[in-house]
Amino acid sequence: MLNGSILSLITFLPLAGAVILALLPRRGRIIQWWALLVSLATFVATLHLPAHFVYGQSGFQFVINAPWITHPAIRYHLGVDGLSMWLVVLTGFLAPIGVLVSWKAIENRTKEFYFLFLIQQTAMLGVFVSLDLFLYYAFWELTLVPMAILIAMYGRNKGPQAAIKFFLYAFIPSALLLVAILWLYAKTGTFEFTHLQTAIAAGGLGPQALFWVALAFLVAFAVKVPVFPLHGWLADGLTQAPTAMSMVIAGKLGLYSLLRFNLGIFPVQSREFAPWMIALAVIGIIYGALVALVQRDMKRLVAYAILSQVSFVLLGIFCFSITGLDGAVYQIINEGVSGGALLVLLGILYERYGTFEISEYGGLSKRLPHMATLYIITTLSLIGLPILNGFVGEFLVLSGSFVGHHGWVVAATTGVILSASYMLWFIQRVFFGPPSTMVEEKPGIDVNFRELATLWPMILLMVVMGVASSYWIRGIEEGIRPLANAPVTQPMAQSHATSLPTQATLRKGRQ
Amino acid sequence: MNGIPNLHLWLLPILPLAGFLVNGLFGRRLPKALVTAVAILATAIPVIQVATIVARFGSLQLPYVEHVANWISAGSFHAGFTFQLDQLTLVMLCVITGVGFLIHVYSIGYMAHEDGYWRYFAYLNLFMFFMLTLVLANNFLMLFIGWEGVGLASYLLIGFYVLKTSAADAGKKAFIYNRIGDFGFLLAMFLMIQHFGSLSYSQVFPQIIAQPALQGGVLTAIGLLLLLGATGKSAQIPLYVWLPDAMEGPTPVSALIHAATMVTAGVYMVARAHVIFDRSAMALAFVAVIGTATAFFAATMAVAQNDIKRVLAYSTVSQLGYMFLGCGVAAYGAGVFHLVSHAFFKALLFLAAGAVIHSLSGEQDMRHMGGLRKKIPVTFWTMTAAVFAISGLPPLVGFASKDGVLYDAFIAPGGKILWFVGLAAAGLTSFYMFRLWYMTFFGEDRTGTSEILKEAKEHGHGHIHESPWVMLVPMAILAFLSIFGGALGWPSGLGGNEWITHFLDPVFNTASLSMNPHLIHDPAGAGSDSLQLILAIVSTLTALAGWFVAHLMYYARPELPAKLTQKFRAVHRTLYHKYWVDELYEGFIAAPLLFFSRFVLNFLVDRGMIDGAGFAAGGTAQGLGSLVARIQSGNIRSYAGWLALGATLVLVVTYFVFTGSFMLH
Repeated sequence: MLNGSILSLITFLPLAGAVILALLPRRGRIIQWWALLVSLATFVATLHLPAHFVYGQSGFQFVINAPWITHPAIRYHLGVDGLSMWLVVLTGFLAPIGVLVSWKAIENRTKEFYFLFLIQQTAMLGVFVSLDLFLYYAFWELTLVPMAILIAMYGRNKGPQAAIKFFLYAFIPSALLLVAILWLYAKTGTFEFTHLQTAIAAGGLGPQALFWVALAFLVAFAVKVPVFPLHGWLADGLTQAPTAMSMVIAGKLGLYSLLRFNLGIFPVQSREFAPWMIALAVIGIIYGALVALVQRDMKRLVAYAILSQVSFVLLGIFCFSITGLDGAVYQIINEGVSGGALLVLLGILYERYGTFEISEYGGLSKRLPHMATLYIITTLSLIGLPILNGFVGEFLVLSGSFVGHHGWVVAATTGVILSASYMLWFIQRVFFGPPSTMVEEKPGIDVNFRELATLWPMILLMVVMGVASSYWIRGIEEGIRPLANAPVTQPMAQSHATSLPTQATLRKGRQ
Repeated sequence: MNGIPNLHLWLLPILPLAGFLVNGLFGRRLPKALVTAVAILATAIPVIQVATIVARFGSLQLPYVEHVANWISAGSFHAGFTFQLDQLTLVMLCVITGVGFLIHVYSIGYMAHEDGYWRYFAYLNLFMFFMLTLVLANNFLMLFIGWEGVGLASYLLIGFYVLKTSAADAGKKAFIYNRIGDFGFLLAMFLMIQHFGSLSYSQVFPQIIAQPALQGGVLTAIGLLLLLGATGKSAQIPLYVWLPDAMEGPTPVSALIHAATMVTAGVYMVARAHVIFDRSAMALAFVAVIGTATAFFAATMAVAQNDIKRVLAYSTVSQLGYMFLGCGVAAYGAGVFHLVSHAFFKALLFLAAGAVIHSLSGEQDMRHMGGLRKKIPVTFWTMTAAVFAISGLPPLVGFASKDGVLYDAFIAPGGKILWFVGLAAAGLTSFYMFRLWYMTFFGEDRTGTSEILKEAKEHGHGHIHESPWVMLVPMAILAFLSIFGGALGWPSGLGGNEWITHFLDPVFNTASLSMNPHLIHDPAGAGSDSLQLILAIVSTLTALAGWFVAHLMYYARPELPAKLTQKFRAVHRTLYHKYWVDELYEGFIAAPLLFFSRFVLNFLVDRGMIDGAGFAAGGTAQGLGSLVARIQSGNIRSYAGWLALGATLVLVVTYFVFTGSFMLH
């Protein structure tokens, strides 16, 4: 039965591909084709999950649970639920896109690049499917290494510094995470996610200690997200990383881990952290947008835009409402698709003109009309135009967080003004107005077939996810329902109770 | 068959969307005739469909609701693609498809020689899609699709001449100011979800009506936030500044989007949500006051403009103010009638101005026009109809609708002052419109001073000509409507039957209105036919006065304006510079925000503190630099070593922590 082994297949297919790739000769574009084949195969394999996912059934599906090491008790335990399923598919979807966008951009040391690229895929997929904390941690660490190396190898000018910065930022908190995981093991004797959940819910561990353990988890993930003010690595890392890597450097891994582990294992502590996290999220939204507004380098602009975007997700997570969490997870996927598309577009622009400096550009739309169209659609998705994907996520996050957090949500909603401001400013400077000298001098080659093949699936997804959101949210909601606060009373009754002195409440008051 | 008829309302927006997709994806490669055919068909078929709906309207159970598909379902929140038809929607549909179709036809002539013909029609169809969605929606979220979407279409069309920096700037400005309004709209929706658990009209409004005790409070908050949204879309104080700049777009776009339809979306939305406004005297008062103030201030600014399109732009802002005034005194029917009437005469004004500009090879400055009456007679006569209509001269449509609004303001409690300011604005309107009329068509021919025309002549064209019939026919139809449209809602005090307001009564006269003691229409029975007659005479005289002054200054004694400008320099400067509102926003909001972002956030906080902290932690970074050099060596072994190092580190830490944690026991 495929259901029992599909997750192993998905996770290790890229790794197997990487091993074979190492043996391939460096001739022509064999390596690229092979990487493309492997990543496409992985993507197709991930589609098995939504095709066979059973809705309305709680717990994990496609589970594999076998002993791996007896002492300490580490199990090879994989499984997905509604929360992780679409993230696995998203990772699969972005893999061939990553290969296609690197096709021409990575011309030297291709074997090393694609080898590490495929290992990175396995690591990320592993993070999403592992249900044993030790296994999870191994994959989590593994995501850092290829990333750091690739940043160092392919960085534009400050690659090594950015790589070190990235590595230190990622590694130090990860060590903290490891300590926390091991402490949990020492106390409970298990690395298993569900066992830990029950053990902690049972209340055997002291609240003081749990607070620190939960905090260690939180910090480790918050850096990876990144959460303001822990985003110091992001702008440099994103700027220096090759496009295929920059698409996965922020967002989903950290945010997923927050949802799965912080909310999943430490529900009480997460609620203690919530006021702080909400504040940081709202600051991140506004701060990221304002700083993006004054960037001169496109990639840095996108870095701060991402900071702003992931902060929306954070807001949705820490308000614990079902709609807010639905929106948050939806927004993680959106960030992968639309943020990814924008980075792909920056990459192909860089291939033509060799600079990310915004002021060098101008009036491109006349020369590269197709590219201009793709940029504009992606921008609209990112700034939350209804009937594109970004709006659904943003709206659910904000409306879901609104009850009980009026002030914060009002502040966060200014993000819709600011995001339009920095994105349209950017589009205008690059595409409209009279052509700049650089644009005049260099030959303008519009998007070619390979690039269209890379981008059209993403654009289509933006539209489909914008109009048919239920298809995704159905599964997501099953995954996040256990993490949310129990829904409050019916909205009608609530409006009676909170805002209006109706007959009933008045009578009660008089009694 | 006795079942509920299926109107297939979804087809109305889908057809223009299909037109957009065809022309947007393939238009570049299609022959011009085919592009035209697609775009025109995509707007003509909806006209026919609306006509069939009108024909069977009497037999329909209203409001007619058509659920097509689910859109968002999360938690207890649901929003669908659900269409609704009632009297208000029908009126809007007639205006949008009718005027929209005429302007599509007009554009064939106007845009004939432009680059990006296909792109223009694709965007115009896209606009129709969103605008129809906006009025057909059965819930606020779907209305918001149209709301933001028309903003997008407007952005694309304002910036149509992509190489012009000013056009791109104007497009961006329009979008961002609209977004400020949308911020309010979004918050209003959050409040509705919190209190009513839904955004559907058929959920929210009945709940409010069912709770008579629900007055003010949260409804005031929702109303004011919706109003903020409306001031963005409909260019009211304080967010009106984008509309004059939007004149960078092609003129038919100004006619369709920035006069007849999109900018009235805010009025439509307030009327649509009247159940909410009815229950909040404060929100309504804000609507009325903002509308009146905008009507007056925009009119003063129109007085000092020399660009023909900018005069019309400020005039649009001002006229939209009347619509808000009507809604603000709970005379929604009057407000909507003025919306319809304005769609006729303002679309015509823009189209006629477009014909003038077209005939002068692009000249827009009225100081370089004059004496065009004989050269472009058809344009002159249609424009004349529109000028008389907007100035409020009987019996044209503008008289009937504007007078309806002013009369309703007069009899509303506390409305005398609103009426007076509105009347003053009407006098100004008449003045600046006749100023435009005289400067363009009368007096001496100043076209010789036009640089643009001179340049065109050097290129072999630039001879002043009447526009082709594809442009003139839509103008003639609109002129007919501007002259005779008054019959749609001729005031009862003057022997009419106010057909359109009565037609809309079922929508607006819901139980919610009568529950607000402040708003019972005409409470003291202050209104009467004789009063209406007297007020009509007063406003007619005001309009005539405006005409007379314009006649004096711009026809009889053309040296007068220069003298007056000299004498009242400060006043003229203030008006010419539009009260420096743009500069105020720029200087007090945008510039400080950018300064703060650039120096405090980006430089001090991000580079200084956050990056600084990163480097403090990574002072090691420099030390590790030599190690990093090895990574770059390109030697495969060094990567393997790097991987091994990482793995070892993990294992070592694991080991220590393990043993350490066990020792803790």
